[in-house]
Amino acid sequence: MIKVAHLTKRFVQQVAVDDLSFTIEPGEVVGFLGPNGAGKSTTMKMLTGFLQPCEGSVSICGFDIGKQTLQAQRQIGYLPEGAPCYGDMTVADFLSFIAQIRGYRGRELKQRVARAVALVELEQVVEQSIDTLSKGFKRRVGLAQAVLHEPKVLILDEPTDGLDPNQKHQVRKLIKSLAVDRIVIISTHILEEVSALCTRAMLISQGRLLVDETPYALHSRSRYHQAVTLLAEQPLDRQLLQTLPGVLGLEDNPLDGSLTILAEPGQVIFPAVNQLIHAQGWQVRELEVERGRLDEVFRSLTRGDVA
Amino acid sequence: MKQLPIIFRREFSSFFATPLAYVFLLIFLVLSSVFTFYLGNFYESGQANLNPFFNFHPWLYLFLVPALAMRMWAEERKSGTIELLMTLPITRFESVLGKFLAAWVFAGIALLLTFPMVLTVNYLGDPDNGAILTGYVGSWLLAGAYLSVGSCMSALAKNQVIAFILTVSLCFIFVLSGFALVLDAFNGWAPQWLLDAVASFSFLTRFQAISKGVIDLRDLLYFLSFITAWLMATAVVIDLKKAD
Repeated sequence: MIKVAHLTKRFVQQVAVDDLSFTIEPGEVVGFLGPNGAGKSTTMKMLTGFLQPCEGSVSICGFDIGKQTLQAQRQIGYLPEGAPCYGDMTVADFLSFIAQIRGYRGRELKQRVARAVALVELEQVVEQSIDTLSKGFKRRVGLAQAVLHEPKVLILDEPTDGLDPNQKHQVRKLIKSLAVDRIVIISTHILEEVSALCTRAMLISQGRLLVDETPYALHSRSRYHQAVTLLAEQPLDRQLLQTLPGVLGLEDNPLDGSLTILAEPGQVIFPAVNQLIHAQGWQVRELEVERGRLDEVFRSLTRGDVA
Repeated sequence: MKQLPIIFRREFSSFFATPLAYVFLLIFLVLSSVFTFYLGNFYESGQANLNPFFNFHPWLYLFLVPALAMRMWAEERKSGTIELLMTLPITRFESVLGKFLAAWVFAGIALLLTFPMVLTVNYLGDPDNGAILTGYVGSWLLAGAYLSVGSCMSALAKNQVIAFILTVSLCFIFVLSGFALVLDAFNGWAPQWLLDAVASFSFLTRFQAISKGVIDLRDLLYFLSFITAWLMATAVVIDLKKAD
């Protein structure tokens, strides 16, 4: 369990993290969301004991990161931003260095390294020096290093940044498989990742915690939550759609000529729209309900003009 | 303490991962011989001792040892690996000492590789081998003192070149602090005790005493406490600057 209370970090020019408090239970996958410079990385650096907070406390599985730093750090696997590794070492040497630091020796060390290598599929590059690897492989070396000791707490700063879609998928699968009974915290500004991966989304902006809820709840903040988008082959009677119960308004998407029907908050309009289409005999090529657009929620929340 | 050997091994082998180790060894061996035979007039002096050899070490180290130390922390900060290192369960003490010892042992190996010098002087004459041994001990301590300054400067500067220049400058001051060049800056305004204190910090006088074959406990203590102080400063600087 992670307990964070009144965490604050001030740098010379600005307040990077401002009175952050939250608790995370095992089994949760938490996504830190927020614009660049919001304080996500700074928060992670304080959680892992790299930075000292100005105020507040962090407790990792009962160990205070400021006072029992080493015990707390043993519980954590951490992938810093950009996945820094010792470039002059080979993948095998680097991972066995980490394994030694984590206290493994002899056969167990070899097993741990082999398992971590297999987990992130690094087999083909184990004997290469890290400097010569591509960005995707480097990121995976960083991940392997973080999961090597099967930590109770996994903190990953932008784990899929710079990976191609296949690698992203693979990393997400890995994180999901690791999440059982553990705490996983990832930071990202890829919004789809939050809905694909996280059980809990924390939106941080200017060092403050704006929103702390499930990705679904975050979706439902969108004005597009429960909106129906349809692509018809003929002009529609807008008046009929507009007057359906629960409809807030209509929006044209000039790009593909489709029409989005917005729902009033808390209303479900899909059945009514569907009925109308059948009653009118409209030819509709596409018809879908939206969960809500995270990018729009993100923009409205972080810029302050809540829609 | 358990992690110290692990850090040490990683750092030590990282010297050999790049050409740095070999370039350093080669230049050190060539220059130390050149200085001994040409500038030190080893043959002409007609004495069976290694004074011409050891006398140049403070000057040779002035440029070579900072090159060895400059990457110690600057590179960690530049590449971001410092964040990895500081979030692994390692104490500050272990990481600072581990890195320092790796460089110091490496310098010791470079020093040991000058053994043909000892063979030569033993072949040519009948030297006082005890004095030669203390000369080696003194030289190694001197290298450690330079390295500890370099460690702190490397933690201070993110840029290796700046770390190098800072180390050379500071070490230069310490080498000469017993001489007019430095003392004149204090003369006239500083009280006598400060002048004495500055003068007693000189690497050169301490080193010459040891390399003459006299191991005074005070000189030993001087070097060891000097190294300790700078390593502690390194730890403090790392904590202050690691996030920049």
